[in-house]
Amino acid sequence: MDDIFILAEHRQGELRDITFEMLTKGKTLSEEMGKPLVALLLGHNAGKMADQLKDRANRVMLVEDPKLENYNSEAYHKALVNLIEQENPLAVLIGHTAFGMDLAPSLATAINAPIATDCLDVMVVNARFKAIRQVYGGKLNVEVHLKPGQPHLITVRPASFSPEDYSLPGEIVNVASPLTEEIASKRFLEYVEAAAGEVDITQSPILVSVGRGIKDQENITIVQDLADSLGAALSCSRPVVDKKWLPKERQVGTSGKTVKPKVYIAVGISGAFQHVAGMKTSGTIIAINKDPKAPIFNVADYGIVGDLFKIVPSLKEKVKEAFA
Amino acid sequence: MDIIVCVKRVPETAEADIVIDSTGKGIDKAGLVFDINEWDNYAVEEAVLLKEKYGGSVTVISMGPEESNETLRRALAMGGDEAIRLTDSAFAGSDGHAIATVLSQAIKPLPYDLILTGVQAEDDGYGQVGPTLAKMLGINHATVVNGIERIEGNTARVHRELEGGLEEILDLELPAVLTIQSGINEPRYVSIMGIRKVAKKEIKVLGLTDLGIKPDEAGENGSKTVIERVFLPPVGEGAEMLEGTVENIAERVVSILKEKGGVA
Ligand SMILES: Cc1cc2nc3c(=O)[nH]c(=O)nc-3n(C[C@H](O)[C@H](O)[C@H](O)COP(=O)(O)OP(=O)(O)OC[C@H]3O[C@@H](n4cnc5c(N)ncnc54)[C@H](O)[C@@H]3O)c2cc1C
Ligand SMILES: Nc1ncnc2c1ncn2[C@@H]1O[C@H](COP(=O)(O)O)[C@@H](O)[C@H]1O
Repeated sequence: MDDIFILAEHRQGELRDITFEMLTKGKTLSEEMGKPLVALLLGHNAGKMADQLKDRANRVMLVEDPKLENYNSEAYHKALVNLIEQENPLAVLIGHTAFGMDLAPSLATAINAPIATDCLDVMVVNARFKAIRQVYGGKLNVEVHLKPGQPHLITVRPASFSPEDYSLPGEIVNVASPLTEEIASKRFLEYVEAAAGEVDITQSPILVSVGRGIKDQENITIVQDLADSLGAALSCSRPVVDKKWLPKERQVGTSGKTVKPKVYIAVGISGAFQHVAGMKTSGTIIAINKDPKAPIFNVADYGIVGDLFKIVPSLKEKVKEAFA
Repeated sequence: MDIIVCVKRVPETAEADIVIDSTGKGIDKAGLVFDINEWDNYAVEEAVLLKEKYGGSVTVISMGPEESNETLRRALAMGGDEAIRLTDSAFAGSDGHAIATVLSQAIKPLPYDLILTGVQAEDDGYGQVGPTLAKMLGINHATVVNGIERIEGNTARVHRELEGGLEEILDLELPAVLTIQSGINEPRYVSIMGIRKVAKKEIKVLGLTDLGIKPDEAGENGSKTVIERVFLPPVGEGAEMLEGTVENIAERVVSILKEKGGVA
């Protein structure tokens, strides 16, 4: 009763980072509320993962079933609705990832629970759950409270919390799977890996990265020239790939590559979280954007407010002089 | 194949100056340019492509004020057959859950095999309406769909985009809600002529009572979250802003590059 649950996320036998990020936040909530922290793990041959979670929660509830090996929303629903009804937790944290985006909203609807999605932070004030969300591509934050109801479902934006080191005396509790037969209406078939491209942007010590601010495919040469003058690789944000201006292998972000060059130069990129999550640990980040309020400036070390069409060519000339 | 597409009219804010309004709970929308939500544009294109391949109809639905007719007309010009707009003062302040309630009531009486939404709305970004709608209608769903391989009988084979370039392939029974990811197709160009051609097409308008929704199910009352305030994101450690002439800035960047290394 009234526990703080976090739903462990895993894929292909590995726990994903978001799991540890949520546990860290969950631990704070559990301490503040004086309630146990519980990790829910649904999977198959998941013993190794359960062990990894054991000292990070007061309890690991493990549901083992071959039908839970790969994510299937219907199977997960059945298992979770059961567990939630039995345990009546106060809150369930789920990642705002391809997994959680698929699972959490319909789960909340199924159990008529209040839900807030894509939250950067969660807190409890006067026994009320509050969350901070972002709107307009990260240009504005919103503080919301959830309507009363139990459990409170919160989907947590990846990389919002950094995992901390701590140890809890956890135990693993095995829960019988309620799944009796295969889910017929929805079947996972297989994973497909992205094809390796010609250029591996993760290997380049400098990246010049271009976003939608470039306006047209023809203009990309301007940024390519700058990259060439630096011996850097050219990378980009998602819309540039969506429009087929550059191949997918060049995309930085959650659904592209995670990069960590010495220097990352973002040109005409607004700084949506899905982009930032893929580059924020770069050594030095330089952002060029005409909008002084662009969220990219919140992660940049150096910011240049101005028109990329003026700045980039001039920068290229200076670079050529300096590094000739 | 009868397909319904949910489309939202949103303000273009990537390059605009955002001003918090006097309530402190929203933004001043005067002066902003609006357009179809980016992801919904891909959803409309996908629906029209499916109709071209399998036959059937495309109905576009939007909850929003009269100006949303522009968005619906744009979708009709792309190949939509029917358009419905849902509007009522009682819908104001709806969060993702309440929006899904209104949409589901409008969709319930219609024939459909597929319902397409965007993965997320550019403004609120709940990433919630599609799967919520599916559960309310009691049907299947798959989110972040970046490919519809084929539809055979009542089974669709779709690709879902996961993280880091990975995809999963799954089969799901129709009817179903699919939330469409950007890049799945190349949305066709909409000309002014094209919009003119559909200018006279009727857009059905439905309100709270037409939809059989109780006042406490929509708007703020029907929402699961309540906005307390909006505020500008705190600037992290803050970037050092480089100022001066373009030449000065370029010179500064060169010295930063020399210092930080990595130049080949
Ligand atoms: C599930 C999911 C996964 C995603 N994965 C990724 C991902 O991996 N990578 C990714 O990048 N995105 C991803 N996205 C998309 C992300 O949400 C944003 O839509 C995207 O990052 C925006 O790209 P952008 O910054 O190039 O474009 P915009 O947000 O449109 O920004 C363009 C910027 O250019 C500036 N600009 C315009 N003209 C000029 C000029 N002349 N000079 C200087 N600046 C100018 C503008 O001020 C603006 O800030 C994902 C979204 C979803 C839903
Ligand atoms: N007011 C609306 N009218 C029609 N469809 C909407 C509306 N709001 C959201 N949607 C649909 O739901 C999707 C996801 O929105 P959201 O869950 O708010 O991020 C959008 O891409 C639209 O397809």
